[in-house]
Parts: sequence; structure tokens; C-alpha cells
Amino acid sequence: MAHHVVSDIDSDPRLLLLDARDNVLVAKARLRAGDTVVVSGKAVTISADIPLGHKLARLDIPVGAKVLKYGAPIGSATAPIRPGEHAHVHNIKSDYTPTYSLAGEDQRYGEAT
Amino acid sequence: MRGYLRADGRKGIRNTVVVGYLVECAHHVAREVAMPFRDADVHVIGFPGCYPNDYAETMMERLCTHPNVGAVLLISLGCESFNKYKLAHSVRQSDRPVHTIVIQAAGGTRKSIAEGQAFIAEQLALLEAAETVPMAASELIVGTVCGGSDGTSGITGNPAAGRAFDMLVEAGAACIFEETGELIGCEHIMANRAITPDLGVELEASVAKAARYYATLGYGSFAAGNAEGGLSTIEEKSMGAYAKSGASPISGLIKPGDIPPRGGLYLLDVVPDGEVRFGFPNINDNAEIAELIACGSHAVLFVTGRGSVVGSAISPVVKICANPETYRRMEDDMDVNAGRILDGGATLDEVGEEIRDIVLGLAAGGRTKSEELGHREFVLTYKSFAPIGPSCLPSA
Repeated sequence: MAHHVVSDIDSDPRLLLLDARDNVLVAKARLRAGDTVVVSGKAVTISADIPLGHKLARLDIPVGAKVLKYGAPIGSATAPIRPGEHAHVHNIKSDYTPTYSLAGEDQRYGEAT
Repeated sequence: MRGYLRADGRKGIRNTVVVGYLVECAHHVAREVAMPFRDADVHVIGFPGCYPNDYAETMMERLCTHPNVGAVLLISLGCESFNKYKLAHSVRQSDRPVHTIVIQAAGGTRKSIAEGQAFIAEQLALLEAAETVPMAASELIVGTVCGGSDGTSGITGNPAAGRAFDMLVEAGAACIFEETGELIGCEHIMANRAITPDLGVELEASVAKAARYYATLGYGSFAAGNAEGGLSTIEEKSMGAYAKSGASPISGLIKPGDIPPRGGLYLLDVVPDGEVRFGFPNINDNAEIAELIACGSHAVLFVTGRGSVVGSAISPVVKICANPETYRRMEDDMDVNAGRILDGGATLDEVGEEIRDIVLGLAAGGRTKSEELGHREFVLTYKSFAPIGPSCLPSA
């Protein structure tokens, strides 16, 4: 299957829209806290770093709504996600099997040194 | 392109000596036998279990008679259940030199190592003089796997590998994609690409089986690093992984050890049949690579975002890095920088062509980074499969 990158004239060039039906965008480069990006025509200030390859909401995503990427559902929102907000394991869940993550374990135990 | 012609008509792009241990208790002796030959193509593979398993015996048989293999040394402790007689017979029937050392009969560790090293030295000298014959792209089997996936994998590396697959299928090669546990959510679009409706039903059923299997185990085919790299769910990872299959029609569904009967695109179903037992279908990427090779893959395309370093015994692994930040950090391990697609430095088609050319070059003296670094990871565990159904290979 070919993924065509669709230009989203209403969003920042650092953000990729993979399908016109999507309600998320993908960061093409690391975004820093405090950076301003344009999402769906509105300027949004990034509240925490968003690494390369992570997702931001393109539209308002209410609780329980499907999150769409590549034009396909990739899970459901577990919290309301505002345009420009980081969309990830803290606000998305799988509709199949739960996601295993070590998020926060470095805070809990300290860095693995 | 040139290859080593084998008795069954297949051609190999390597002439590797395999040292196969038939139980973990013989693993150390196998490693010691191979140690002085670490700069030659002498690869250790094996099965750790002491109890019988048809899948593991089939895997070992297919690997020991793989076209990239020129000679085989088997190392048995002596009391394990593995059918060493049958395996040695199969290798002999394939017209390859084979020698079995039974540690208990040979008089222990030192004597077994000396006997094994003498056999390897003799075989390497013989293989050195082996003739090659011309080989065409249509005689290649190529597998693909992704590991250490992240949010870039499905945008750059996997679709670029898919383009390379399309070009190789067009040239008459057989291409295999796999990991039905990472196709969850893609089953319907995938089924529409089957060359017959009955095969489409089989493709869907294989993914449904994977979803059930993983649900019982409690986790999907998803590691912590996938989440750190921006993937939020198994469905998202699947959509990215599916892109590796390219756009060709799907010609068949095979299981580990089944060799594609002709060119085309095949799905390898790696999830065991029957009730859930023996644990995770693939405990890590290396298990999947070994299965792709057991299906005859001459080479394996490995797409990574987070940065895997692994290679494999027997068939070269081509490392395609999807993430430009990872590529900059780990360039020594990566054959292809697909991450440059992200900032417009290359198109998917250009990187697809680059991957195709690297694969064809492997049969003309080219070697991969993981080969040069000596990576020969290998793992094989217990599984159980039923044979494929009659609709799985419609054109066979």
C-alpha cells in the first residue's frame, strides 16, 4: 500500500498529514517546548518536547472517538485531545491489545546508568 | 549475479558452513568449534530444547539445506530427543557434506571441539574452490521484517522496502512479508489483494488467529521502545508494518519452512496453530528472521526506526533505517538511510531502487554492514503448526 503524503495547507510544514481523513499529524522533526506551530490554521504553543515521528492532534478529538492515521483507525481517545496536543499512549488506547510502555519508569527508578 | 548451484536446482548467494547444535547442552562446544573461523562464513545455529518438536526439526532441516549453505556440522550431546539421524540423512540427500559429532561418544568437550574444527577446516578449503554459475533476479527469494519500529518506520523505511518488493516481484523474484501479529487492523485491505477470494479468506483468518493468540497472552507484538518512538497502539504499528508488503497481488500464504513455489508476493504466517502454548509466537526479531530464511530467503530486508543492530546466520540482513536521527547516530550499522525521505532528500521510489540494487549486489560480491560486523544472531524455540490449507497456494 502506498502512503501518499497529503499537503495540509492549514498546518505547519514541520508536520506531516498522511491522509486527508486523519485527525492527527506526524512531527517531521523534533519540536521543542515553547515552539509555536500552526495546526489547522491556528497557532499553537507546544507545551512539552515532541520527538520526531510522534503525533499531534490535527482536530479536536473527543473521548471515545477513533484516532485516524493513514486514513485508518489506530485506536480510541481516552481523553479529549485538543489540536496541537501530543497524541500518544497517555490519551490513546488500542481497540485490540493494550500497549506496553516503560513511560515514567525512568522517573520512578532513575536513569539506567 | 552469480550463485552456487545446489542439487535441488536452487542457487545460493553464500557458501556458508553451518554448525548446528541439537540441544543447548551442545551449544558451548558448537561455539568453540566455530571460534577460530570467525572471519569465515561459519555460522552457529541450533535448537536449545531437549524435548521433541516437529516445527524445530523442520526449521533445522530447512536451514541446513538452505541454498546459502555449503556444508553442515551437527553437534549432539547424545541424550537429547532431536532426531539427529533424520537431519543428517536430509542433509546427505541434499548432496552436502555433513558430519555429526556426538559429544558423549566422542569423549567429551576437548575431543569434540578438535574433531569439529578439523571438519570445518577441511570443508572451508573445499568450498573455497567451489564454482559459481550465473543467477537471475527471478531465482531470488527475499524476506522482509521490521524491528525497533517507531513513528518514522511506516512513513519512510517500510514503504520504501515495499517499493523494492514491487520491483523484485516484477523481476520474477519471490518476496515474503510476515508477522501476522503486526497486521492487526489491516486484514480486510490485505485480503482484497489476494489472487483468489479463498486465499483472501485464509489471509483474514491468519490475522484473526494472531489477534486471538496475542489477546490470550495479554500483550500485542509491541515493545516499550515502539511507544517511546511515537507508536501508540498495535493498530498503528500494523499500518506501518503492512507497508513493507508493497502493492503487488498476494500469491499465497505460507508457514515457517514452506518454500514459495514460484515468484510473487507471499505472506508468512508465523503464529502457531491450535491452542495457545509455548509462549509468544516470536520472542524477538531474530526468530522471525530465522523463519524467513527457513522459507528459502537468500536475503532479508530489515527496517528499523529505533535502531536494531542484528544480522543473522545463513542469509545476509540488509538494514534499512527509517529515522534520520537514528541513522546519524548508528550509521555504521545501517545499509540504507531511508530517513532522508522525510526531509525531501529522496523519494520512496529512489530508496526502493537503492534497496533493490543492494539485494541484487549481494549476489555479485556485495556484503551487508551486519555481515561485515560479524552479526550472526540466531534463536529457535518451540512452536506447533498445522500444514497450510488447499487455498493457500492457488497457483502451485
